[in-house]
Amino acid sequence: MYEHLETAKNPDNLKRVIVDPVSRVEGHGKVSLLLDADNKIQQARLHIVEFRGFERFIQGRPYWELPVMVQRLCGICPVSHHLAAAKAIDQLVGVDPENLPMAAQKLRYLLHFGQVLQSHALHFFHLSSPDLLFGFESDINKRHIVAVLNEFPEIGVQGVKIRKFGQEVIRMVSGKRVHGTGAIAGGMNKSLSKAERDYLLADVDQIIEWSNASVALIKKVHCSNLPYYDQFGTIRSNFMGLIKPNGGLELYHGGLRVKNPKGEIILDQLDYCEYNDYIHEEVRSWSYMKFPYLLSLGKENGWYRVGPLARVNNCDSIDSPLAEAARVEFMAHGGEALVHSMLAYHWARLIEMLHCAEKIKELLNDSAITDTKPEDLVAKGEKRFEGIGVIEAPRGTLLHHYQVDENDIVTKANLIVSTTNNNMGMNESVRQVAAEYLSGRELTEPLLNNLEVAIRAYDPCLSCATHAVGKMPLELELIDAEGVVIDKLLKHSDGEIERAHV
Amino acid sequence: MSKTITIDGQVVPFEDGQTIMDAATAAGVYIPHLCHHPEYTPHGSCKLCTVKVNGRNCSACTFPALEGQEVLNDTPDLNADRQKITQMLFVEGNHFCPSCEKTGNCQLQGLAYHLNMLDNHFPHFYATRQVDASHPEVMIDHNRCIFCTLCVRASHETDGKDVFGISGRGLNKHLIINSPSGELKDTDISIDDAAVHICPTGAILIKRTGYQIPIGQRIYDHQQIDQVSLAREHHQDEQ
Ligand code: FES
Repeated sequence: MYEHLETAKNPDNLKRVIVDPVSRVEGHGKVSLLLDADNKIQQARLHIVEFRGFERFIQGRPYWELPVMVQRLCGICPVSHHLAAAKAIDQLVGVDPENLPMAAQKLRYLLHFGQVLQSHALHFFHLSSPDLLFGFESDINKRHIVAVLNEFPEIGVQGVKIRKFGQEVIRMVSGKRVHGTGAIAGGMNKSLSKAERDYLLADVDQIIEWSNASVALIKKVHCSNLPYYDQFGTIRSNFMGLIKPNGGLELYHGGLRVKNPKGEIILDQLDYCEYNDYIHEEVRSWSYMKFPYLLSLGKENGWYRVGPLARVNNCDSIDSPLAEAARVEFMAHGGEALVHSMLAYHWARLIEMLHCAEKIKELLNDSAITDTKPEDLVAKGEKRFEGIGVIEAPRGTLLHHYQVDENDIVTKANLIVSTTNNNMGMNESVRQVAAEYLSGRELTEPLLNNLEVAIRAYDPCLSCATHAVGKMPLELELIDAEGVVIDKLLKHSDGEIERAHV
Repeated sequence: MSKTITIDGQVVPFEDGQTIMDAATAAGVYIPHLCHHPEYTPHGSCKLCTVKVNGRNCSACTFPALEGQEVLNDTPDLNADRQKITQMLFVEGNHFCPSCEKTGNCQLQGLAYHLNMLDNHFPHFYATRQVDASHPEVMIDHNRCIFCTLCVRASHETDGKDVFGISGRGLNKHLIINSPSGELKDTDISIDDAAVHICPTGAILIKRTGYQIPIGQRIYDHQQIDQVSLAREHHQDEQ
């Protein structure tokens, strides 16, 4: 597709444009473009320039620290890391998912739904709605949540409240809105009190209603900008994610399914503990982020995408009525077996957000989650030396793999985070946008935002680190063929734009 | 008529043989401390209990109460010094509260909150310290040891085992294990020993029990260390 733009043939005499850092995403990444004298793009890459080394520094620690320690990878989706690590250490104490006490499993689902709800709300309302509501090349002073709150106060406030509700679910289950505890090896450390449950139940219908309205909103935005929204950043790829045994949408536990771009199932119900037989990772010199691919299809064709678009495309149904109805409408869009539109990631994300809201209500009405004695929340088994946990994090399939020694100390860790799974997809979308929308035009900051819009659709968590909404400093440099900086735009952390004199 | 001292102007009675700490605790006056425990011989090493007695700095946990002493305890100057000592304890070891299983139940952390410690202030040592997980039930994370010697005293005085000792001086000071291999697995320590349960930080731990107490039910979730300490030690004194 656009692979020819990964590496330019003669990079020496090309102008270089750097978008660094990419804003309104989690963590730190940069985009580099190489342009020829006619501003035609010859090379486009998304580089991940941050290296955190978590896999190294959890070695030597006792395994029960893992769920609490690894969630520090991220301030946005810590619960995903918490639960993926918890699933892995369940195995270290000999507890497989089917043997987890039912109440503990339901509490973990509740925690996870709260997490996905708040993360999706954050991404849509806080990070992406400025692009979607004001346009990709809109005035930079408008591209933040505060402008959304001013011009679309109802939507903005709903976004803030949906996110807050998700965080309250997390707080009730894990004790804190960010970086709580909760999941321990073999189960959970507490259930909900009736008061905690009632506190959440009071708001849940409103949250479902707003989530439903936001699906209608994104559908309207998408469908009133056709064919642009179907084409922008759109590429074709395999899709991977967990799936229920009956093929239904699954976020917490299931087998792996892969569909090819034609919508054919090429792998199904794989036991993720055998991931090593199916997925390998390639290293490229220009990025810290690895490029995973399916062994059976090889490095060239084996790359795949994960996350909301992958999950909604992959599943046969969703087991909550409003989200299922939204899924049916969604799949009808585009008239093919799968929806390929990159911007449909947003649409699929909001369908999942609605699903989470519906499932939270269902779980809150389940008596198993309240007033269970601590001893009934934890299962025990025979010690094992290896544990693998996979979960569908908001951004896609997340894998934690640990080995421990006879003293319970971690000797080896491998983490494949969601965003890594989307590495090739994001790069391809960046190249598509560069080739189709930027190439040959004089580059301006609004134009370059197109690249960020493409990256943002994937909701990448580039470092699984912290972020600053609309406050991320941005620096654009235009360098001519002689290597001289001919233009420079600076966005300061207070949002002010300055053209540097060069 | 019983003998008295004053602490911050409050008249506090004492009996012969009591330290200032003993008298204060019995009267419900909190003096910050880490290495002191009412059941064990005072050691006087952490210096957090430093008070001014008639104008001179003394360790309340070791200094005998004497008729007519005027003791200053809860003063801005003394608390500022205590905060600095706590900061030094934090930078000397490797205390990563966010992922530590003792968080919420840790006296060092509780004291840091009580003293309103907002940063480490001093440059971090990044000391290289080991984890001894060789024993099937008990684990030592040397990163979190503050050399209070409570485990040394508990093992000696209550358990009669002498599993622990302190070796080296100054920067080289470290907790040692009394076994031929130097490892915990070759000692006769057992999970019921007082020494296993006395650690004020997260250095001595019972394996596989971390994070079982939910947030909200931990010792310092609802009460500060002064209240917890008085409730426990005041009570112990009466027994
Ligand atoms: S408590 Fe007195 S010196 Fe430590």
